[in-house]
Amino acid sequence: MISLTFHQAVFYFFSAVIVIFSILTVTSRRILRAATYLLFVLLGTAAFYFLLNYTFMGAMQITLYAGGIVVLIIFSILLTSHVGDKFEPIGAGKLIVSLLISLFGAGFTLYVFLKTDFTPSSVGLPDASVRKIGNALLSYQRDGFVLPFEVVSLLLLAAIVGAIVIARKEPADNENLNNE
Amino acid sequence: MWQDISLQDVLIVSTLMFFSGVYGFLTRRNLITMLMSVELMLNAVNINFVAFNYFLHPENMQGMFFALFVVVIAAAEASVAIAIIIGIYRRFKSINIEDVSKMKF
Amino acid sequence: MNAFEYTFLIPFIPLLGFLLIIFNFKRFPKKLTAALATSLIGISFVLSVYTAWQYFIIMGPLHGVYPKIIGNHFEWLKLGEHLSVHMGTLIDQASVMMLIVVSTVSLMVHIYSIGYMHDDRGFNRFFAFLQLFSFSMLSLVIATNVFQIYIFWELVGVSSFLLIGFYYEKPSAVAASKKAFIVTRFADLFFLLGILLISFHTDTFDFISLTNPENFERFNLHGTTFLGLSIPALALILIFVGGAGKSAMFPLHIWLPDAMEGPSPVSALIHAATMVVAGVYLVARMFANYAIMAPEALALVGYVGAFTSLFAAVIATTQIDFKRVLAFSTISQIGYMMAALGVSGYGEEAGLGYMASMFHLFTHAMFKALLFLGAGAVIHAVHTNSIREMGGLRKYMKTTHITFLIATLAIAGFPGLSGFFSKDEIITAAHQSYPLVFYTLLVVAGLTAFYMFRLYFLVFWNTETHYHHKPHDPGKAMLIPLIILAVLSIVSGYIPFGEFVSSDGKPLHTHLHFDIAIISTLVSFVGIAIAWFLYKKSSDLTSHLIARWGTFYRWAYNKFYIDEVYLFITHNIIFAYISRPIAWFDRHVVDGTMNVIGWITVTTSEKIKGMQSGQLQQYAFAFVSAILVISAFLIYYLINN
Repeated sequence: MISLTFHQAVFYFFSAVIVIFSILTVTSRRILRAATYLLFVLLGTAAFYFLLNYTFMGAMQITLYAGGIVVLIIFSILLTSHVGDKFEPIGAGKLIVSLLISLFGAGFTLYVFLKTDFTPSSVGLPDASVRKIGNALLSYQRDGFVLPFEVVSLLLLAAIVGAIVIARKEPADNENLNNE
Repeated sequence: MWQDISLQDVLIVSTLMFFSGVYGFLTRRNLITMLMSVELMLNAVNINFVAFNYFLHPENMQGMFFALFVVVIAAAEASVAIAIIIGIYRRFKSINIEDVSKMKF
Repeated sequence: MNAFEYTFLIPFIPLLGFLLIIFNFKRFPKKLTAALATSLIGISFVLSVYTAWQYFIIMGPLHGVYPKIIGNHFEWLKLGEHLSVHMGTLIDQASVMMLIVVSTVSLMVHIYSIGYMHDDRGFNRFFAFLQLFSFSMLSLVIATNVFQIYIFWELVGVSSFLLIGFYYEKPSAVAASKKAFIVTRFADLFFLLGILLISFHTDTFDFISLTNPENFERFNLHGTTFLGLSIPALALILIFVGGAGKSAMFPLHIWLPDAMEGPSPVSALIHAATMVVAGVYLVARMFANYAIMAPEALALVGYVGAFTSLFAAVIATTQIDFKRVLAFSTISQIGYMMAALGVSGYGEEAGLGYMASMFHLFTHAMFKALLFLGAGAVIHAVHTNSIREMGGLRKYMKTTHITFLIATLAIAGFPGLSGFFSKDEIITAAHQSYPLVFYTLLVVAGLTAFYMFRLYFLVFWNTETHYHHKPHDPGKAMLIPLIILAVLSIVSGYIPFGEFVSSDGKPLHTHLHFDIAIISTLVSFVGIAIAWFLYKKSSDLTSHLIARWGTFYRWAYNKFYIDEVYLFITHNIIFAYISRPIAWFDRHVVDGTMNVIGWITVTTSEKIKGMQSGQLQQYAFAFVSAILVISAFLIYYLINN
């Protein structure tokens, strides 16, 4: 008899959400739908983090991914495509090869994961409080992350500048392009 | 509190997620959907990081922090990628990957 | 001890002039160039004279021997624990004497060139090269070691090349400069081999230790021999080949007559007075080594010198190009000097030949420079080189005529002029030990008198040809050097030369040897008389004689076909059987290999460039598949181990 605890039930529910919507994301022929499916996947992932007690991580997942990236993607979709567009179906050969590669990869990875004997830690639960995370991010002691923190902040700045430079409309450039 | 779920269970989910991302990357021709596939893969990896942290080394927080930084970098990557996609769209009037093959021999 | 530290200035002042002029040669007006170059070489000249005065008169011999003084030097290249190359200035009898010769002639030529090159477009370039040459030659003569000599040896070669090819629009000048460069460079190869060989066995480059007879015992000169020669003999013969190339000894003389393509002042400076005697100077520099270590090498020097002397004198009797006659005369006279060195012994009275050779070098520099400058004046006036188109010039060019006559008498050995004294010493030295050389030199003395007076009579007497412009004496700038050199040609014979320059540093007291002097004077007079008889007025006798001696005359006129022999050897033998096969190998095998490699690369790239399709997903396929395969192998490997 299969008995499910509450946690298990929630976990399996979100697992199913993630797996199903992942597959839907990459198979849907309507791009806006795909984006929406992706949003569900990301939310499912956030739910995982909450389930694992990483509340801060979950919050970041929702704000950055679901709130930021997906919105960005939807924006760009609206800029570049028509809503009603459907993708052309994929050629059979390409489909089969991609499917084979993906299935083989998944099978191979699962085989390795299931064969490996992970020994769960007995220390107890991690302390993922926001206070601790904040201290660790700005600490330069052992287990401190101030250096990657600063590097990432620089990277973000560079990304902002880069994105602006790339996407900016340049009249001179456009003339050149028209001349080509 | 969570002894009733094993590490393997989480890994199975993330693996399936990752390889649907790979599949999408290999089959979708639209640049934006390819970007979405990449996001799927990144998420799968993030789940792995967090899960390993939670189940195997709860005394350290490295896994979580790694995932955190990945999220941040993914955001940066997405913004630049979308800027590029928009630039490509202006240049080629298309974001079909097969139309964008200037960088060849 | 070091009163001669300033001597490095003597060559460096002309170098300064060279640099100043060559970097401004489009900007400097002619007057500035002329004044600059002449005054700089003038300073060098004054310094040289001061050095000579300081060395010979003020200081004088120390304990009866002239010391060899290092003016200043520094280590330039350290080759090993014991062996290093220095740069510096060596002050001794020979180098001080050469300083005087080079700076005097150079100064005269500078002054002369102001007039001679006045209308030439390359005026500034010419003076720059003259300064470069003066720098190289002055550095050469005061070199402290054989390696330094070698470096400046090449530099004078370069200046000579530049000046022979001065009229670079003329193909013959270009060919002549190339010929001079290649022939002397070929000889220099042997020189370098000789340097390496001798320094390898003696562990030194420096002349002071190399030529000190007291050191000879310590040199490690034993070893395998080549062609039955001892090591010092082989090394010194190789060095002599280098000297023979520069000094135009048979059979390496072929470049010197062609070098007359250069302007006349250049011929006077480089190809008569200074550079071509560098070979003699080199042998004289290492004379102790030749005389004591390898008498057989020295004998070779003597015989080659005597033969060249005769050979060139015979050719000179038949040439009709003014400057070529003088060129062969130069070859002949240098052969004289070499022969004198060859018959000499080392030290005391036996060293008479050495002293005579240096003496002749000195006097010859004066009168031969004068002859060339006079030739330049004549050519400048009548615009031709052929002596057939000259004649009767004594009426038009009085000063030139008189100075030329003085020089001719000097070279012919007329009693009382400088050539007489130096030739007398040479013939006396030969008489003591080498009868064969002695008779050869005597014959050459007669021939010299003959061909020089043939030249003189044909140009200044004989039948007057019709000139388009009335020839006249050149301007002051050209006349003054002629007059100064004429005076020097007379008085330089009265210098008690043996007191100053000798083989071992001890003053050598010489006197005129009347028995020899009478014989050689008689021989000269015979030569002069024949020339007078044949050429003072145009007569049919010469053509009769030429017809009688037809074959021999033709051979002599064509310089015994030595040039043709060289051409045959290079073209028909070396080019055909060595260079062509090598060129074929290079073109087909070496280049072919490279071409095949290139072809393979290009073809392969053509075939595989399709992989670089620009299609992102193809790359992704390859990437993912490769990752899967590699990780599968890795995991498999890990599980099985």
